[in-house]
Amino acid sequence: MLAGSHCAACAVTVYPAAGQCPRCGQGTSPVTLSAVGTLWTWTVQRYAPKSPPYVPPPGGFRPFAVGYVELPERVRVAAVLDTADPDAIRIDLPVRIEATAGVPRATPIEEG
Amino acid sequence: MTDVLIAGAGISRFGRTEHTTGRAHAVRAVRAALADAGIPWSRVGAAFGGSDAAGQADTLVAELGLTGVPFVTVKNGCATGGSALVSAVNAIRAGMADVVLAVGFDKHPRGAFDPMPADWGLDEAYGRDGLMVTTQFFGMKINRYMHAYGISPRTLALVAEKAYRNGSRNPNAWRRTPVSADEVLASGMVSDPLTRYMFCSPGEGAAAVVLCSPEAARTMTGVPVTLRAAVVRSRRFGSFEVFSPWLAAGELTSVSRDAAAAAFEAAGVGPSDVDVCQLQDTESGAEVMHLAECGFCADGEQEKLIAAGATEIGGTLPVNTDGGCLANGEPIGASGLRQVYEVVQQLRGHAGERQVPGAPRIGFTHVYGAPGVSACTVLSRLSG
Ligand SMILES: [Zn+2]
Repeated sequence: MLAGSHCAACAVTVYPAAGQCPRCGQGTSPVTLSAVGTLWTWTVQRYAPKSPPYVPPPGGFRPFAVGYVELPERVRVAAVLDTADPDAIRIDLPVRIEATAGVPRATPIEEG
Repeated sequence: MTDVLIAGAGISRFGRTEHTTGRAHAVRAVRAALADAGIPWSRVGAAFGGSDAAGQADTLVAELGLTGVPFVTVKNGCATGGSALVSAVNAIRAGMADVVLAVGFDKHPRGAFDPMPADWGLDEAYGRDGLMVTTQFFGMKINRYMHAYGISPRTLALVAEKAYRNGSRNPNAWRRTPVSADEVLASGMVSDPLTRYMFCSPGEGAAAVVLCSPEAARTMTGVPVTLRAAVVRSRRFGSFEVFSPWLAAGELTSVSRDAAAAAFEAAGVGPSDVDVCQLQDTESGAEVMHLAECGFCADGEQEKLIAAGATEIGGTLPVNTDGGCLANGEPIGASGLRQVYEVVQQLRGHAGERQVPGAPRIGFTHVYGAPGVSACTVLSRLSG
């Protein structure tokens, strides 16, 4: 579950949750974001990012996709995209997004 | 309002060296600008300048001369040069001085720019999981733009090809070897859809300009150019910036759009009046998007314009005639004034092998950088 925050006055939703609305500076209320959205944009990280701050996974660095997932709450959330088929990544791809111990991670939803 | 003129412009050699410090670059650029204006350092009544990573500008008085001049250090990321210019213009209009210097310089090693999450107010996870990488932002912004407006990877390659071709005509550029669009496309993917040769590299260099009132210009030897507008803006809500854990849905706002519109309004001219322009080209996609954000075309028109050669030196709107950041590298504090230096050369007809034909009258410059700042200028040749 992605824990965001919402400003009713501005109809602005942000992730991660913030105490103040970045648009008007007023207080916000917590909101749980939808778990399903569409891929708004993406790229592939082709080389190992510099360490620190990057910590490669136990098996070593392998190229990975990142993108923004657009959710019905009118917010686009940055996420690592986990997929076995990088060639199938495209804008507007339906994805499921979830919170993790690290950054949010998204996976394509099988269609049909 | 009083006109403000640029009476002299100077530049140091851009690139990457072992031993030249950023401050040494700055001193060279300032001396070249003073010589161009035909004045001694003692004639300068106020100075503004800065670097992102190469030291305090106000310490340059130790090399330039201890004349007692008020020297204000500016530190404003990619807008450092633009902010120095705005300050210089205001100093002249306010009567603080009639001759004012603006200087920008920098020096970054290979692989510079090591952002840490805490410095950006982000959770450590963004660094640990590999999202503190600037090239991802550039890849994602242009990827969305290409999808929305039908821009092809070949167009990105043509932008880089032009940059290196223009660089080969510029004796001061770092990258002076032409590279074909096919070579650009085959140079290895960095952050899809951007390849290695589509990116600029951190580098070093400096640029400086001498600004003055019209009365003061009459006592100088340089061919003056009018600075019609110099504007700096920061982002509004809803823009797409580097290292954003989230973005607002809906149409993106753009600080470049805001700064360019404000500069054109202040100058009393529009994008269609511009004969030569310099746009921030951190990577190829940036030049494509900035063409539209600065008002030079509608979104999507770049695909045809660039293929038709419109942005070439001989085209209808020459862009980055000195090779831009791609051919000159990116010393953050220097790039904005490098662009102004180039437009001054073009408007004077002194740009040599890269001179835009037809005696250009109006020029435009634009920088953009993190965390959402943009600086734009409009310059024009004195009538005649
Ligand atoms: Zn609000």
